[in-house]
Amino acid sequence: MSEPLIAINQVYKSYGAASILNNISLAVYPGEFLTLLGPSGCGKTTLLRLISGFEQPTAGEIYINGQCVNHLPPQKRDVHTVFQSYALFPHLSVFENVAFALRCKKIANHVVKQQVDDALKLVQLDNFGARSIKQLSGGQQQRVAIARAIINRPQVLLLDEPLSSLDYRLRKAMQYELKQLQKTLNMTFVFVTHDQEEALSMSDRIVIFNHGQIEQIGTPREVYETPKNLHVAMFIGEANMFDIEVQAMDEQFIHTEIESIPLQCHNPGQYQLGEKVHLIVRPEDIRVWGESEVDDTNGMLPGKIVDIIYKGSTVDLKVKLPSGMLLNASEFFDEDDDTLEYALNENVWVHWITGWEVLLPYES
Amino acid sequence: MLFCFVPLAMVVVASFLSKDSNHLVSLPFTLTNYAELFSPLFAKVFIRSLLIALFTTLCCLLIAYPFSYLLTKSKHQSVLLILIIIPFWTSSLVRTYSLIAILKFNGILNTLLLKIHVIDHPLSLLYSNFAVLTGLVYNLLPFMILPIFTNMERFDFRLIEAAKDLGASRLAIFFRVFLPNTAGGIISGCLLVLLPAMTLFYIPNVLGGARSILLGNMIQNQFLVLENWPQGAATSLLLTVLLFILLFFFRRYNREIVH
Repeated sequence: MSEPLIAINQVYKSYGAASILNNISLAVYPGEFLTLLGPSGCGKTTLLRLISGFEQPTAGEIYINGQCVNHLPPQKRDVHTVFQSYALFPHLSVFENVAFALRCKKIANHVVKQQVDDALKLVQLDNFGARSIKQLSGGQQQRVAIARAIINRPQVLLLDEPLSSLDYRLRKAMQYELKQLQKTLNMTFVFVTHDQEEALSMSDRIVIFNHGQIEQIGTPREVYETPKNLHVAMFIGEANMFDIEVQAMDEQFIHTEIESIPLQCHNPGQYQLGEKVHLIVRPEDIRVWGESEVDDTNGMLPGKIVDIIYKGSTVDLKVKLPSGMLLNASEFFDEDDDTLEYALNENVWVHWITGWEVLLPYES
Repeated sequence: MLFCFVPLAMVVVASFLSKDSNHLVSLPFTLTNYAELFSPLFAKVFIRSLLIALFTTLCCLLIAYPFSYLLTKSKHQSVLLILIIIPFWTSSLVRTYSLIAILKFNGILNTLLLKIHVIDHPLSLLYSNFAVLTGLVYNLLPFMILPIFTNMERFDFRLIEAAKDLGASRLAIFFRVFLPNTAGGIISGCLLVLLPAMTLFYIPNVLGGARSILLGNMIQNQFLVLENWPQGAATSLLLTVLLFILLFFFRRYNREIVH
């Protein structure tokens, strides 16, 4: 991989006794779409503010382009921010908002005009230049904020939950547009969100935060399919969790039982005989069969349907196991089974394909 | 409406009537009261008043603007606000008289300056333009602070971060972001200070002595000393018209900010 554009080296941040960030090390590479994902209050916005220069780290260094920027004010850093509140200047027109960074550099009028028009075109706001900010809808203000931040062609664009105040449909559209924009400009984006779906669909890599620490860094697929710990597994997407015990194992499989039914799963090789382990299964990996549909119930768990939610492309079921545990299952309509007829209180058999489960070390 | 327009209409009518020492005003209708407003004596008083009022406004602004900023940022905001408002509970006239005690020849200020050896003989501060200015600024300062403070309170300080992020220097942040967004408060404050500064007759009376005739004193004189009510009415109307012109420009400026 090439040299990192931003390198964060063992950074700590605390306010008084409250520790916000704990030993954060992270590299951001040129041209990538990196997402900082975590629940609110996990420190992801603070990290963004450290990069933009609004806060200084308590310990550790931040490098941009190989230069330590710890003591550089925001004005001197080649990064711009799209703020969660947009922070557009209410006294200026759309044009002058976008032109702000150029005006501060005292750039000639005709150059400003050209660049602002280009930027407005990029965010599809041509001919909006003369409007006042108050005349714009939320989505349009969002575009102005983006145009204003990319006008200088900064090396890195920081986006602090920029889509959180838009409605669902607009958010979906803006996600796509942002991604396109990032590819067009070939600019490095550092994107903060608490929405895991947004993170999965937009990012090249995701950094998962919790309590001021990085839990896992990886591609969307890596963090979804091979979460490193329980928090990542439960935070990214839905997950069903069983506590199991390794009863026997060979090279390939671990043998255990769930609900007193013997089951086997792939052996990742790190667990001991008798060790307690978390077994995670995603709802979409669980198959639910009616009693009449199966002949061989070996390796299947019995259950009863207690809730059916029709979602258009899927049917989400809650299945109650004999122990009382509720299992979430998402069944897709496909050619094999396009009816997906389930009835409340129907007795069913559930199972998943061995190897689709994830085993994680036990956490009390 | 009744209390606004009836007295105003009476003033308008009175300003076109003639002087009469028995009935205050009488017929015939005349324009002499307005012609009198263009006399050199009146022009002199008017310009002098205007200059003092403008200077008072400027002083108030220079004190109130940074003070309001500190007030907005202060943790003890409510305490400081109460400190500004408490003096209002005492009559402004009483407070003005108390300024005499500070400014007079052997007053508090002179004694203090002598004690710390800034001056070696007392200054004659009282009965000067300086004294009038001090009195006006002291009395009118809250009218400048309150609108500016209310305006700054509503200012979104995240805009300053946005400006920094886009590379604005301290100077650019102030002139391109902070000042334009707080201009509404400045204009309201200036209006609230400028007009009273021209008409508060008792402050020049108490602190300025005989030489310090301002527009306010002139109106008072016309009504109460010379008993020339029509002339006084005409002078007052001139001020009212001036106020409306200022308000008009203020509203137009405000509309420009909105659009």
